[in-house]
Amino acid sequence: MPDAAVQAIDLVKWFGEEDIRTFAVRDVSFEAYYGEMLYITGPSGSGKTTLLSMISGILRPNSGTVIVEGKDIWKMDSNQLADFRLHTVGFVFQDYHLFPKLTTLENVALPLILKRQDWDESMEAAMQYLEVVGLQDRASLTPLKLSGGEQQRVAVARAIVSSPDLLIFDEPTASLDGATGRNIISFIRANILNEKRCIIIVSHDARIFEFADRNIKMEDGRVVEIVNGGAE
Amino acid sequence: MTGILKIAYKLLVNDRGKFAALLVGITFAVFLIVQLTSVFSGILTKASATIINVGARIWVMDPAVNNPLNSIQVPDYLLDQVRSIKGVKYAVPLYSGVALVKLNNGTYQPSTILGLDDASLVGRPELIEGNIDDIFADNGFVVVKDSEYPKLASPKIGTTFEINDHRAVIVGIAKVPSSTLFGIPTLYTTFTRAIQYIPSTRFTIAYILVEPKSEQDIAYIKEEVAKAGYLALTDQEFQRRISDYYKYQTGIGTNILIMTLTSFLVGLSICGQTFYTFVLENLAKFGALKAIGAKSYELIAMILFQTLFTGLTGYGLGVGLSSLLIAFAKQRVPNYAADITYFNLGLAFVLVLIISGVSSFIAVRKVIRVEPFDIFRG
Repeated sequence: MPDAAVQAIDLVKWFGEEDIRTFAVRDVSFEAYYGEMLYITGPSGSGKTTLLSMISGILRPNSGTVIVEGKDIWKMDSNQLADFRLHTVGFVFQDYHLFPKLTTLENVALPLILKRQDWDESMEAAMQYLEVVGLQDRASLTPLKLSGGEQQRVAVARAIVSSPDLLIFDEPTASLDGATGRNIISFIRANILNEKRCIIIVSHDARIFEFADRNIKMEDGRVVEIVNGGAE
Repeated sequence: MTGILKIAYKLLVNDRGKFAALLVGITFAVFLIVQLTSVFSGILTKASATIINVGARIWVMDPAVNNPLNSIQVPDYLLDQVRSIKGVKYAVPLYSGVALVKLNNGTYQPSTILGLDDASLVGRPELIEGNIDDIFADNGFVVVKDSEYPKLASPKIGTTFEINDHRAVIVGIAKVPSSTLFGIPTLYTTFTRAIQYIPSTRFTIAYILVEPKSEQDIAYIKEEVAKAGYLALTDQEFQRRISDYYKYQTGIGTNILIMTLTSFLVGLSICGQTFYTFVLENLAKFGALKAIGAKSYELIAMILFQTLFTGLTGYGLGVGLSSLLIAFAKQRVPNYAADITYFNLGLAFVLVLIISGVSSFIAVRKVIRVEPFDIFRG
């Protein structure tokens, strides 16, 4: 068994107070391993995004523990959490959230710039990652001039540019057509996933489940089933 | 941090429409603020022109005087009384009045007549043509070559005209540091001739010009003059009194203040609203930056940098535009009253900082409150 990159233990999250309290996640525990592509699936409102936010250091759970690389992240203060996200986690958001007024290259370089790396070095590194996702010839364009699939790949390049150990994808294929979605996930599986990296994907797109190592199925804030995925 | 600021800069200037709107807002506000306050400074300087041009250290006057043009004559014995005060080096009379000058073409032109002490000519202007001694010649007058000079048909030495049926001859052409506010030419002559030519009241001395023996004597001189029921002011005090008069008793100051505040509010509303829209449009991206690992102070630094950069650029453009317009106006309209002072520039700068600060504050509040979790929720 490979090492656990993420351990979620008895996570609970609710919203609202007292009588109007709504549970989004109830007593969820699981582990995600290095070299693994783990899916979290389930219908809308099942708590997938809330769970993803808690394990990536964005949303504080009401109870429970998240251990990433041996550290309990919810014992960190807000600045430590920001540093944790910057150095350990790479995010690909559902709507990509690329800055439309920056070039593709500058968008990819953002995490490195936040890490206070030299501007020119950041751009150089960003270009290498644009090459990884096959968009080096789009470096000087703004994201608005790219197709949805290309924007998704730019978001992937931005997520991996600082070499994070944990990659978090939120509905990565939601805005893409079936073929493009499959291509993107296939590309990530083949080129981005490695034995030192764990990828967690939240999705309800059944077309891409075949690329998962394991699939955590959620309903009403609970894990109802953990099954092996279709990946070899 | 420079990389983050560079990103902030690119986010700002690459959004050309909003950046232009922000710049127009700040530039327009600064332009109006500098323009209005400069015109006011110009008015105040010109209102004090007589005090600046005559250059006496202490002015003795009736306590009701608050404007050099509306002088109230003081009794002749006061001159002797002042001369007798310990610490007075010398004291001389000054005549100040307005007369109608009849030009050779038959038209009348009101002019300020300043009558200088015959013995000393204290307060005389610097001549650029002619000899000051000629002022003692028959009918001698010195004309000031300022923006109002053409109103006397640009007289040369030897030009004659009439004042109250008396012949007057230009014997010298002078220059002075400041032209007067009310747009009428200035003529200098001797005190004796001035009261001969112009119908006078019982008393003829408008001001007594005093030179103290030392700066320490000024307080005592003022005290003694006050005991006599009159007012002695240093040149700076007199200028301040005139300035206060225009600021608080004429309505000009209030109007300028209201218009300056209006310009400030216009600039503030344009910039505040545009910057708020700019931040709102990028709010999800700022949230994404937070999720990626940007700290709140880094986002605050980005926003402060953006507003400061816009503010300072707009300030530079506004000051430049205002300076150009004032320089152009002064060339075309010689008596245009506008002086750009360090105070005006400082005031506009402070107001720009306030505009930038308020705009940042609104934006910062929004950005600080955005939760990265909201980005996930969409």
